[in-house]
Order: sequence, then C-alpha cells, then structure tokens
Amino acid sequence: MENTACLDLQGVTKTFGGLHAISGVDLNLAVGERRAIIGPNGAGKTTLFNLICGELFPSEGAILLFGQDVTKLPVHKRISLGISRTYQVTNLFPELTVLENLLLAAQGTNRAKFVMFRPMSFYREFYERAETILDEFNLQVQRDTQVKNLSHGEQRQVEVCLALIGQPRLLLLDEPTAGLSNAETQSFTATLKKIDPQITVLLIEHDMDVAFELADSITVLHLGELVISGKAEDIKNNKTVQEIYFGTEV
Amino acid sequence: MARAANFKNKALLFIGVSVLLVLAAQVLSTYWLSILTLVLIFGILAMSLDILMGYTGLPSFGHSAFFGVAAYTVAILSTRYGVGFWGCVGGAFLLSTAVAAIFGLLVAHTKGVYFLMITLALSMVVWGLAFRWVGMTSGDNGISGIPRPDLGEAVSMGDDVNFYYFVLAVYIAVFLLIYLFLRSPFGQSLKGIRESESRMKNLGYNTWLHKYLSYVVAGMFSGISGILWAYYNGFVSPSDVEITASFEAFLMVILGGPGTLVGPALGAGIIIFLQNFLSAFTERWLIVIGTIYILTILYLPHGIMALNIRGLKFNKTKTLSNDQTSGGTS
Repeated sequence: MENTACLDLQGVTKTFGGLHAISGVDLNLAVGERRAIIGPNGAGKTTLFNLICGELFPSEGAILLFGQDVTKLPVHKRISLGISRTYQVTNLFPELTVLENLLLAAQGTNRAKFVMFRPMSFYREFYERAETILDEFNLQVQRDTQVKNLSHGEQRQVEVCLALIGQPRLLLLDEPTAGLSNAETQSFTATLKKIDPQITVLLIEHDMDVAFELADSITVLHLGELVISGKAEDIKNNKTVQEIYFGTEV
Repeated sequence: MARAANFKNKALLFIGVSVLLVLAAQVLSTYWLSILTLVLIFGILAMSLDILMGYTGLPSFGHSAFFGVAAYTVAILSTRYGVGFWGCVGGAFLLSTAVAAIFGLLVAHTKGVYFLMITLALSMVVWGLAFRWVGMTSGDNGISGIPRPDLGEAVSMGDDVNFYYFVLAVYIAVFLLIYLFLRSPFGQSLKGIRESESRMKNLGYNTWLHKYLSYVVAGMFSGISGILWAYYNGFVSPSDVEITASFEAFLMVILGGPGTLVGPALGAGIIIFLQNFLSAFTERWLIVIGTIYILTILYLPHGIMALNIRGLKFNKTKTLSNDQTSGGTS
C-alpha cells in the first residue's frame, strides 16, 4: 500500500475555448507528502484544484485518487473518497455559527446527513470532533458566533477547520494565509504545521516563506504548464523560476 | 445554559399556544372559529413553503400546485367514486407527493429567479388541468359537495367544533414534524445549501439530492393542507391552484419571516384575517395585500419575526441567502 500514490495526475489538460488553462500536467503525490504549488497569477493553480476536486472536468488526461480513476466522478463522490479543500476566497456559511459550520462539515461524509426526523443534537460524535478542532485552532471563544461576525483572520482559520473535520486523507489548501497580516500568518503557519502527518497536503501559496515552511517539495506552475518540481533549495536557485518571477536579465 | 433556557421558553410557549387554541373552540363564535380553522390550514401551507424559501433558499412561486392536487384528489375520489375518508386522504397524500417528486426532477437543478419561474410555470400546468380537463375536474365550475369525514357517531366532522379539533390536531402534528425535520442533520444541510452550495458540495454533499428531497417534503406537507382545505370548504375550483393562491402563500412566508417556523404561521394568520376582514368592505382587497407585500420587502425584509418582541428571540438565522435575487442587499 505504501507505493500507491495519493494523487496521480496524468497529462491533465483543461481548455476554456482557445485558452489552455492547464496543459499536460503530470503530478504525483505520495501518501503523507507535503507539496506546495507556486506560480504567478494566472498560472492555473486554482483551476488545478478545481480539476482535482471535480468542480471542473479535464478536457484531456486522467486523475487518480488513492489508485482509483476519478476523472469522471462528481465532487461529492470524490470528497467521500477522502479529499477536502479550502478556498482562496473564504467560502463558509455566514449566517450559521462556527459550531454549526463545523457540524455541517463533520456530517458531510457520514450517512447521518440523510436523517430527517432525529435531532442533530443526538449525534454526540460530531460535537466531540467539533470541540477537538475548536481547541486545536483556539476558536472556543468564537464557538457560538455567527461566522459573518468573525474577523477575516478567524474566518480563514474556520475555512481550514471545515476541511479538516471530515478527516480527509488528502487536504488541498488554496492560499490559506491570503489576506492575513504578518503576525497572523506566522501563528497560523505554526498551527498548520501541526496537521496530522498522515494527511497528505497539497498547498497553493503566494507567500514563499509559508510555502517553504510547510512543504517538503515545491512544484512551479507557469501558464498552465508544470515547469519544475524539487526541494525548496533547488527551486530557490533555479534560473527558470527566477525568470518567471523576476523576468529575464537584461 | 442559555440554550436550554431558550428551548424551555419555546416549549412553554408552544404548549401555552396549543392550550389557547384548544380553548378557543369553546369561546369563539362559529364565524371566528371557521376563520381560525382556515388560519391553521394555510399555516400548514405557509410552513411547508418555508422549508423551501427560508431553509433551502429556493423561492417557489408554485407551491399551491400540491395543495391543489391534494384538494382535487379528495374532491374527485369522494364525489365521483364515493371513496371513504381514509382512502381519500391516502390517495391525495400519495398523489400530491408523487407530483412533487416528478416536478422536483425538473426544478431541483435551478435556483433563484430560474427556480421561481419554473415553479410558476409548473403550477400553471396544474391550473390548466383543473380548468380544462372538464371531464374530470368540472373545469371552471369546480367540484362541490365534498362530504365532511365521519369517524363514527361521536366524532362527526360535520360539527364545526369537531372539525376544528381535527384540523388543530393535524396542525400540531405537522408543526412538530417540521420542527424536528428542520433540526435534523438533513434539515441543517438545507441551511448550508442556502448559505453556500459550492461549499456543501466540497464537504461531500450531493446538493441536488438534498434540494430535491426538500422540495418533495415541502410538497408533501403542502398536500396535507390541501386535503384539509377540501374538507373544510366542501368545494374546490381552479382558483385554489391559480397564481394568486401561490402568491398568498409566498406572502405569508415573507411577511412572517422566512427561515423561522413560527413566522409563516403568524403570516398565515394575518393574511387570512385581512382577507376576510377587507373583503367585507371592498372587492379590491388584493390591492391592499399587494401593498403589504411591497411594504414588507422595503421595511421588514426579514418579516415580523425579525422584530424583537419582548426579548423573545426565535430567529438566529433570518434571511434568504445572499445570492438570492429578491430582497434588498444593504
């Protein structure tokens, strides 16, 4: 089982009309790996996430999750296999409290979500999982606050809590620290480092410090194409990468 | 625990109101008792619509379709085929739920204004059948002479007080069922869909299926109110399924407060009362109802339940979703 890739993209291509958003991407994630995807704006990073989750279907190529071909599976079926994601632009349930948000997320991968005539409060297991996560992220005080009344930083944390409570095997983080101050970014990065090492993490990040801090290896995406993958040091010193970010030397 | 105290308050209030409603039968005149019966029947309709509007976030403009199908089924089975009470009730319940299950397949993938338009169109199909299928529905003349159910000598429903008790019992049962339904894991998932459908998908929910099921459940409860209406009125006609009927149910929910269960029940009370009160003075009472609708949207977009009456807060969640087309965003 050790050899089975957690996520395997084989020549994945996505075109929108004439635009090649993603072209021929091969990507392989081992179980437990921490990988960051970096690249300038418009590189296709979020499109790649949407393809992995099934919000978009690839024009060509195949997507394998835990050794199973999921290329044609809809979103909710892929989620039930054990992946979950966060959003670059916060996507929560604003009118519900933090606890209610977590409970919805906890039951998403459980048959209990179809139970119609038994109160939610009977499902102690979901409450316990919610409490654990609230403790881990230091959000106990905000437990019964409506999410729309949280600060941006707190909402970004809830965003990750929602993805974690379903106990995923593969976690996709889309710029978890987007819009946070330096101090917030640091403490949040420290929290993210503590995520269960069993969980494979694929991370999109603009903040290089965060990317290098959280990931073992880095993949650079540029104009929909995979440029290079490697250890943080190699990427830092790679000439092509420098050109992508800083332009060619005159 | 504020939460437990809140629940206790609600339970006490519920029991208190139930007792008052039981006692009302002894106090009220026949006229007012019949109005109250009507309020309860349309209260069920409004609450069932609120499942869609207030919780799933789908504004249906054709909710009277299932109400009408159930009412017509009772009328046709009892007058044309002489079917007994339980047969009529069972048939009407099954048929209205089945129609909801079929319509649901056509509407559950849409939302917002598109959902509104397609539900409106489908309810017009039902109206068309009621109006044009003369051989079965007697068309514009409607069907009269629906006998009140008779459950033995002691509990003849011909008696207005007995019938009121019967409606009240159904009302209380439906209220509790919907209350439980909305607090179940499934009911919670509807709120999630209202707030962010894309996030729900990414948490593992097949949101189409949840929307579809909520539509069928709402249609089912709507059918129950239709059954009661047929027995109450003893007469059904195409006006029971026309657009005005759907609009009134819509207004009851908007006025009372979508996303609360008590709100639509109150809304039903106000609209039914106004209807009967105003129609004594003018034939153009619809103008008044329309004015109320506009004023509600402008000044009370979350309904009367958003008013904080004597510190009793029912509504923690009070609004249609943000990406709804109706209502003001401020």
